[in-house]
Amino acid sequence: MSFLDLKNVTKIYPNGTKAVHETSLSIDEGEFMVFVGPSGCGKSTLLRMVAGLEDITEGDINLDGKLINEVDPSERDVAMVFQNYALYPHMNVYNNLAYGLKNRGIDKETIEQKVNDAAKLLQISDYLQRKPSMLSGGQRQRVAMGRAIVRNPKIFLFDEPLSNLDAKLRIQMRLEIKKLQQKVGVTSIFVTHDQVEAMTLADRLAVINNGIIEQLGTPIEIYDNPKSLFVAGFIGSPQMNFLDGNLKNKILSAEGFEIKDINTDFEGEVTLGIRPEHLSQTENGLINLNVDLVEQLGSDNLVYGQLKNKKDFCYRCPGNQTIEKGSNLSLNIENNKYYIFDKSTGKRVN
Amino acid sequence: MTRIIISSLSHFILLIGILIMVVPVWMIFASSTHTSSMINMNGLQIFLGDSFYENYLRVLLYQGGFFKEITALKMFFNSFIMATGVAILSVVTSLMAAYALVYYRIKHATLLFWIIFITILVPLELRIFPTYSVMAELNLVNSYFGLIVPISASAIATLFFRQFYKTVPDELLESAKLDGANTWRFFVDFLFPLSKTMIVAMLIFMFVFGYNQYLWPLLVTTSEQYWTVVMGLKMMSGSIVHRFAFVMMSMVPPILIIIVLQKHFIKGVFQDK
Repeated sequence: MSFLDLKNVTKIYPNGTKAVHETSLSIDEGEFMVFVGPSGCGKSTLLRMVAGLEDITEGDINLDGKLINEVDPSERDVAMVFQNYALYPHMNVYNNLAYGLKNRGIDKETIEQKVNDAAKLLQISDYLQRKPSMLSGGQRQRVAMGRAIVRNPKIFLFDEPLSNLDAKLRIQMRLEIKKLQQKVGVTSIFVTHDQVEAMTLADRLAVINNGIIEQLGTPIEIYDNPKSLFVAGFIGSPQMNFLDGNLKNKILSAEGFEIKDINTDFEGEVTLGIRPEHLSQTENGLINLNVDLVEQLGSDNLVYGQLKNKKDFCYRCPGNQTIEKGSNLSLNIENNKYYIFDKSTGKRVN
Repeated sequence: MTRIIISSLSHFILLIGILIMVVPVWMIFASSTHTSSMINMNGLQIFLGDSFYENYLRVLLYQGGFFKEITALKMFFNSFIMATGVAILSVVTSLMAAYALVYYRIKHATLLFWIIFITILVPLELRIFPTYSVMAELNLVNSYFGLIVPISASAIATLFFRQFYKTVPDELLESAKLDGANTWRFFVDFLFPLSKTMIVAMLIFMFVFGYNQYLWPLLVTTSEQYWTVVMGLKMMSGSIVHRFAFVMMSMVPPILIIIVLQKHFIKGVFQDK
């Protein structure tokens, strides 16, 4: 049995909304698991059930070999970092960190030692006497993490903790969270709707949609090998291009071009997915793109345009190529990196 | 230029307002320091006289009432007990009621709250006979308990605390739970300190409310031993300067409470924001 085990966990709210459907998941000790999905997909509900802040309608949650369904949140030995940090506004930073320890009846010297260690680790030693209202966003974030670390819990739960920060700080804190987790080695679950955050932080990633885990795997597995249309569209930025097509006799006909020798026996209506970064310019390529707009990011150019049938399409090329607005590009798919999904079920077929 | 005219005009109006408020009080105070023959002959005085100690000491220690059992000092003591009792008891009950209404899973909590709230429409005067008869049955007439308890449930204070608790983010409760705080600890360690400012404001409000009670103490006390200051104002007999002196002294406790607690009140406001 792994460290945290979710077995057929279901959450139905009193008003009948089914937020999480029979979800099963195992997380190993020390692993950094990220739940990613659009808002309202049930990822936060799942996290809150692990924390004990939501009742479990059906199923079991085992933590460290113990069934914790009915265990009070205060006794689960989990720590959570909230989106708005939920720092205690009337206590200074020191007491914010110490509060959980005090409630556990730990003696004063040990508390002081632990708080000082955590403060040092997070570089907030200078602010220990300040109230949260006197701290900046990044500092508050650190205090919130300090409050989790200081208790030395079995598991860290992060509920979109970076979404209140500005873009630059978010990237910085993202790195720090990852480093910190590696240093402390505590099992962590991180909930986010930001796929870049998810990709960069995760050891393993669970892509959740409509209360179901669509795919579970390492970030690169999920990027390279999305199992459904939803996962393919959700992971990767800019988003994967989708084209309608028809598959018959291992030949895909789509939007004015054909791909032959496709490795599947599936026949019928399909959706073809091509990542913008898996294209290259050649003469007489499969795809003809009329360029509408070029976003120059420096390292890359994002080229937006339309195919012959007015379908929007995006192509990503190195930043040193100059592409004129209004020009016509001929593109090929690199190394057969395309994905074919059953149009009716959204399942991957190739 | 017009701005200066408008500004001086508005200051002038405000000054008049202040004078209307302050002059009568000052005249009572000034008059209370003269001898009664002086007032009887010359009317109210604007300037201070030299009988301050004599008049005020006499009022404080004079055995008054029909049975000569009560002094002004004792009335102040009674009023203080009553007002403090009402203030503390109503703040405590309102805090607890609001906590239960907001944080416990009570069915129809909102409906319950509004039922509590509409009791504002039922003033003490309307329920005074049933309330009296309950007190009489319980043998609580002529006691501090009887003075304090029947007027110590405050729907207004409950409203204020409830609305405040509703603004406290849920994450605070959840975070506290994960930190091992039970319901009691959450109240003591979080809601109580966070609502300190409001508690002080309510203490002031309810103290003045309790201190100003007239009809209820009049009804529930038959023994002069339990007379309060506001009742005494009506019952006081004696010369005009002594009544003036008593009026002046009766103003002191509420003002004192406001001055003493205002410091915490303002401090709280600035620290929390």
